[in-house]
Amino acid sequence: MTNSGALLPVIILAALVLVFGVIIVFGTGLLGPKNTSKDPASQKVKNMPYECGLPGTEMADTKISIKFYLTAILFILFDIEIIFMYPWAIKFLDSIQDGTGGYMLGVMGVFVLLFVVGLIWEVKSKALDWN
Amino acid sequence: MGKDVFEITVNILKMFVIFLMMVQAVPILVWLERRGSAFIQNRLGPNRVGPLGLLQLAADAVKFLFKEEFVPRQGVRFMYFFAPIMAMIPGALSFASLPLSVPIKIEPFQMLGQMWGPYTFAFQGYDLGIGIVFVLGISSLGVYSLLMAGWGSSNKYSLMGAVRASAQAISYELALSLSLVGILIVYGTFSFNEIVAAQTGPLTFRAFGAEHVISWLPNWGVFYQPLGALLFFSATFAEANRLPFDLPEAEGELVAGFHTEYAGFKLLMFFIGEYGHMMVASALLATFYLGGYNIPGVMPDDVLAFWQSAVGGNLASILTAVTFHLSLLLRIAILLWIFIQVRWTLPRFRYDQLMNLGWKSMLPWALFNVCVTALWVWFGHK
Repeated sequence: MTNSGALLPVIILAALVLVFGVIIVFGTGLLGPKNTSKDPASQKVKNMPYECGLPGTEMADTKISIKFYLTAILFILFDIEIIFMYPWAIKFLDSIQDGTGGYMLGVMGVFVLLFVVGLIWEVKSKALDWN
Repeated sequence: MGKDVFEITVNILKMFVIFLMMVQAVPILVWLERRGSAFIQNRLGPNRVGPLGLLQLAADAVKFLFKEEFVPRQGVRFMYFFAPIMAMIPGALSFASLPLSVPIKIEPFQMLGQMWGPYTFAFQGYDLGIGIVFVLGISSLGVYSLLMAGWGSSNKYSLMGAVRASAQAISYELALSLSLVGILIVYGTFSFNEIVAAQTGPLTFRAFGAEHVISWLPNWGVFYQPLGALLFFSATFAEANRLPFDLPEAEGELVAGFHTEYAGFKLLMFFIGEYGHMMVASALLATFYLGGYNIPGVMPDDVLAFWQSAVGGNLASILTAVTFHLSLLLRIAILLWIFIQVRWTLPRFRYDQLMNLGWKSMLPWALFNVCVTALWVWFGHK
């Protein structure tokens, strides 16, 4: 219960921004002038995607380089590794005072070593090369 | 939220005011950016509408309101309309979780035939205690707005811009979150308030088992984490899609990137998102590395005593909070000016340079920073 209570202001603010945004997005649509042309061809041209004035030849769901997918996959691996460091980092100072600091340092040393090996492997495997 | 109606009302209004603070800062920043860039490039910039061109903002706002609305024909309508709203949410939610000044203490008072108070209002939207994790989590949501805008627009340039933006944002998020690990080791907490409280007084550090004090320097995080501060600041440029990292909006290649199909107020909402991101980044940098709202050499109680001798009562508490708030705003303003100065000074990166910088340079340096900080703290406190 305490947790949901603490998040209540966050939800209220998010709702506030959402309402503000919805009013603006749909409100300004009503305020502006409308496309008054009777000619359907003109309407069609007006609502075309803007591609430097040329008629579009490709759909938007076009081909995207595999590099972007690779980057996303690698991001997830490294992000999870970094997130594991967070609880360790805030407890490190306390653990030195408790006398378990050496153990904490050793454990994180192994973890960082794995991180470095992973990073070196990725660079070697050319997964991060964009040429 | 609060014990009674008055406290709940004030707390909700407070969040609203903090959100409006962020929104109203955008036109000022846009003016500053146009005017500043003009002076950097030996031009005059907007100077016709009102004194110094300041009313240009109002003119722009009216124009934005009354623009004709275009909706791309084949676009995904829900995503197209939802993306600009989504762009504002991360900035607003993160900004509200930052402590902007010392808390305001209100003495008990009489209202509507009943006693109210005493109250203590924190000068921040909400204090979650896990501030750093919350801000990192919420600001990652910004990627969704970019992707929705690109996907919903049915324009291949928009989509390419969006895909580039998200790849860039997630790459630099690694360096960003890793550069903060040093701060966590030094202060041992996730809470912004505790970090700010730890940065009062003169510079005090432990090295080789002994305590050292340098009385002429403030106790700011940047002296413990110089490399971390540099990495954090650089990564926030990429997160906010600012030059030199503005590949998602590279005009020469992509028209205008993910917001090509947007006009009027919807475009302005993306700007609110971008400038909101900059404001949050500056405020975070000030909070972690530049002492938050602290004034070097001055304790909050001194300022309170000064205002109490001058005006007294609840007003003294409010004025103390305002004093410290101005001290934070000054830092935010200087950092925002650095954002603008950098944008109009440095050339843009190439995309492979950008990715190499993020993955092969900043990530290893951030890791190096973590190791050095951990060893420094270990040898200092052992």
